[in-house]
Amino acid sequence: MADTPINLIYGERVTTGVPAEVRGAALWFRAEDLARATGWVFKPEGLCKGALCVPVPPARAGEFAAGDRYNLTAIAQLLGQPIVADEEHHTWCVGEAAAERARTLRSLDAPDFSLPDLAGRMHSLSEYRGKKILLVSWASW
Amino acid sequence: MDLPVWQAMYEELGAKGFVPIAVAFDSAGKAAVEPWIAAAKPAYPCLIDMRHIVAELYDMVNVPTAVWIDERGRIVRPSEAAGSTDAFRTLDRKTFAMPEASMKEMQAKRLAYQNAIRDWVAKGAASKFALSEAEVLRRMHTPGDADVRAAANFRLGEYLHECGYAAAAQKYFTIARGLRPESWNYKRQAMSLADPTNPLSAAGPEFWNAVDELGDKKYYPPVEDI
Repeated sequence: MADTPINLIYGERVTTGVPAEVRGAALWFRAEDLARATGWVFKPEGLCKGALCVPVPPARAGEFAAGDRYNLTAIAQLLGQPIVADEEHHTWCVGEAAAERARTLRSLDAPDFSLPDLAGRMHSLSEYRGKKILLVSWASW
Repeated sequence: MDLPVWQAMYEELGAKGFVPIAVAFDSAGKAAVEPWIAAAKPAYPCLIDMRHIVAELYDMVNVPTAVWIDERGRIVRPSEAAGSTDAFRTLDRKTFAMPEASMKEMQAKRLAYQNAIRDWVAKGAASKFALSEAEVLRRMHTPGDADVRAAANFRLGEYLHECGYAAAAQKYFTIARGLRPESWNYKRQAMSLADPTNPLSAAGPEFWNAVDELGDKKYYPPVEDI
């Protein structure tokens, strides 16, 4: 089957035009494209990102790797991450796992983020450490 | 809009180590928020969050919603209404007039919230409004599978909208709204993007119908101690 260039939203990372093979609901990447778009690399110890490795059940290895291809849909399911696709626009989105979101929030350490102000200058929450912060939402709508 | 309120509090309490960080959940970006920020002239950080990242990180489903973070970066009050009440529901939808009692209730709640902030800035961890870890955890909503699926659908819709596919975007906003019906951010952002030239598109009949459907439920869940 031929490769299709897809757009992948992976957490805060967006990679456009990644070659992938779409087989039904599954999205198969080459190792270098998987690493570039998601940060995950297959190693003998399992699925790894930096120092973190998640073991892949040996009996299910075929669901994750076949030839030179790796199945992102299976990886997302293993990690409990939601995956949604708009096939018409060749766009896929992998979100954060509920357990990970809950673990971060319930640690009570305020999660860091970086966002621009009106002038385009980026601000990180962590720059304001040492102050009492009212983090407050609003909207124009 | 509360931006001038936070500016006044920053002028009063900034020298005592307090800073508001306002985050606009606005997928339409700079163009949508610029008039409001220009009018309020905030000296504190006023940030633009097109993807509603902060809403997902802190589990915020409405505006204005706030989290208190202490000097060590610890959450001492989880996501909650920042001085707002359901009194707005008594608004006359034709004349926009508000009954006197509702006006008073709104002003009293807003003042109580500001006074709670003042107490925290003055007393720090000793303030009764700086909650214990156990109490923060008791009040905190923990996102579940449907919530993160809603977030992924919203993000996909927001991305498609950024790419110029407005109709396709609405499809995923609708899924997100179905998965997390308590999120007014998803509902109202979608209404606003569907009718961008109408400044009241997120406060029109579709909005009020959704508010009416709440029945006895609250739009702004009451804050127990403020």
